[in-house]
Amino acid sequence: MENSNDFLLNLYTTMVLIRNFELMAEKLFLEGELPGFIHLYIGEEAIATGVMANLRKDDFITSTHRGHGHMIAKGADINRMMAELYGKETGYCKGKGGSMHIADFSLGVLGANGVVGGGLPIAVGAGLGIKMKKGDQIVVAFFGDGASNTGSFHESLNFASIYKLPVIFVLENNRYASTASTQATTAIENISDRAVAYGIPGITIDGNDVIAVYETTQEMVKRARDGGGPSLIEAKTYRIKGHFVGDPELYRNKKEVVEFWLNEPIKKFEKRLEREKILNSAEKKNIWESAQKKIKEAVIFAKESPIPDGNDALTDLFIHDSGYDY
Amino acid sequence: MREITFAEALGEAILEEMEKDPAIFTYGEDIARQGGIFGAYKSLLGKFPDRIFDTPISEEVIYGSALGAALVGMRPVVEFHFADFLFTGIQSITLQIEKIRYMTGGQGKLHLLLRGPDGISNSAAAQHSECIETIFMHVPGIKVVIPSTPYDVKGLIKKALQEDDPVICFEHKMLYRMRGPVPEEDYTIPLGIAEVKREGNDVTVVTVSRMVHESLKAAEELKKEGISAEIIDLRTLVPWDRKTVIESVKKTNHLIVAHETWKRAGWGAEIASVVQEEAFDYLDAPIIRVGAKNVPMPFAANLQDFVTPNYKDVITAIKQSLR
Repeated sequence: MENSNDFLLNLYTTMVLIRNFELMAEKLFLEGELPGFIHLYIGEEAIATGVMANLRKDDFITSTHRGHGHMIAKGADINRMMAELYGKETGYCKGKGGSMHIADFSLGVLGANGVVGGGLPIAVGAGLGIKMKKGDQIVVAFFGDGASNTGSFHESLNFASIYKLPVIFVLENNRYASTASTQATTAIENISDRAVAYGIPGITIDGNDVIAVYETTQEMVKRARDGGGPSLIEAKTYRIKGHFVGDPELYRNKKEVVEFWLNEPIKKFEKRLEREKILNSAEKKNIWESAQKKIKEAVIFAKESPIPDGNDALTDLFIHDSGYDY
Repeated sequence: MREITFAEALGEAILEEMEKDPAIFTYGEDIARQGGIFGAYKSLLGKFPDRIFDTPISEEVIYGSALGAALVGMRPVVEFHFADFLFTGIQSITLQIEKIRYMTGGQGKLHLLLRGPDGISNSAAAQHSECIETIFMHVPGIKVVIPSTPYDVKGLIKKALQEDDPVICFEHKMLYRMRGPVPEEDYTIPLGIAEVKREGNDVTVVTVSRMVHESLKAAEELKKEGISAEIIDLRTLVPWDRKTVIESVKKTNHLIVAHETWKRAGWGAEIASVVQEEAFDYLDAPIIRVGAKNVPMPFAANLQDFVTPNYKDVITAIKQSLR
């Protein structure tokens, strides 16, 4: 199955589904349909897709505020994702989390973090728990270049290394931490160089090349599963959209965005698939239309779903009692 | 009944639960080889070498990893070394452990226990003496245990290790060597049930931890003057036992709240506020709070004594209330 045409087309289909989910989320937000903050994964689809193609269903990930792509690639139900964006009862978090916190523990998604660097210790703990249980699952911690400058990053890599935990740190370097460019905030060119300080492998790859992401992760997953311990993969990409939908983007030149758009991961992969005669224009049309149809259905599902009952705000803190009234 | 120390009772609780539940493991700084800075883990030395280990000084990942380990089915017990150092890793607790279940719509079981020493000792100064339990009572999402005796620490820790929600336990440094009766038989103490340590009719003192013993001493002194004080040990702050407190106030009509943490916005203010909301008509005098003076803990012994509340402050407060 690996690298078969079906496998490659599946990767492409996942990337297209993520792209269309994000385009719809952007549109709905700009139309005033969605509350809160929306952080789009547009232009970064190859990373979640390439990484997740190596994971088993019982493997774990920790996601970020820019996490829709991680969820979709891990096999989430887009209806429940869209319902969460709308704050509906049928959403993954029953309307308590919203865009930034969509997670499904049963899919192995151990939270989506609104705190930059907040998910790394959780991923390390999942790795520690697996090691204590003598399990053979692995954990992928997704985070950004911004998180690589937090104390949490350094504590987590060291901790994972000394106990040889099965954790793969996937750094999605999209060149911006909120409004600050990575160049201006990070002392080195390749953040994967920091792996040396923790005695683990560190590698920088083209995060817009889904096959490069897939192959590099495959190696690191095997290493982790065989007890070889953690590794750091820096996948370089570019945040095509603003930090959040509605970001005035005063901090960057539009020309820069146009340049990076030429190298965006879906078009890049498409060219390869077309060149190798794996994808023809009819199939391509079919994949895009099918994704768009699913997204439209998800929007209908979300819109038709009920809002949560007001009293539900007082549930889910503790397991056996409400925890709010004392 | 046999008498053992607070530290021994704590160690027994953890060992007994580890024997029953293979998911329990425990880690933190200076515990596996040294038995803890104040000897809390001395009775665990050499036991379960694969399930008790020392970590680097990396509090954010120590606390945050407890969350991840719980989510994959383990039951971690993390020692926080000194309560003061909860601040160095606080985001893992207040932004992660206390929120993840709620913000994911009730997914997962967060059976984890954070525990460690707090409070004054022999001139430990400003960064090794703090009582910060109020912060965890304030931010919703974690249960707060604060025992005062060997019997209570054993029963409450054992209960905490059977809970499916996160628990934080504060153990006062000056209590670890205290001896007290602890039965050989298995027992637990439910969270949210206060204990009336001494019955009385004239005034109610609500307190926890070391201040329970100061308050009992105050009550004993005041007995000589014919004043009968009722001392209530809350034992847990989340949840806290409103019923026992309100009933006592309805009987005595006077309330003192005594804690070692700072008086300003300390948890005593919450108790006082709830009591005036629910039992205002029963109060014959303003509620008085006893707490530390609002400065960091100073080093010199006389300065530490001046800042920290003791039984004399409780006596003064009671007399003021009954005046």
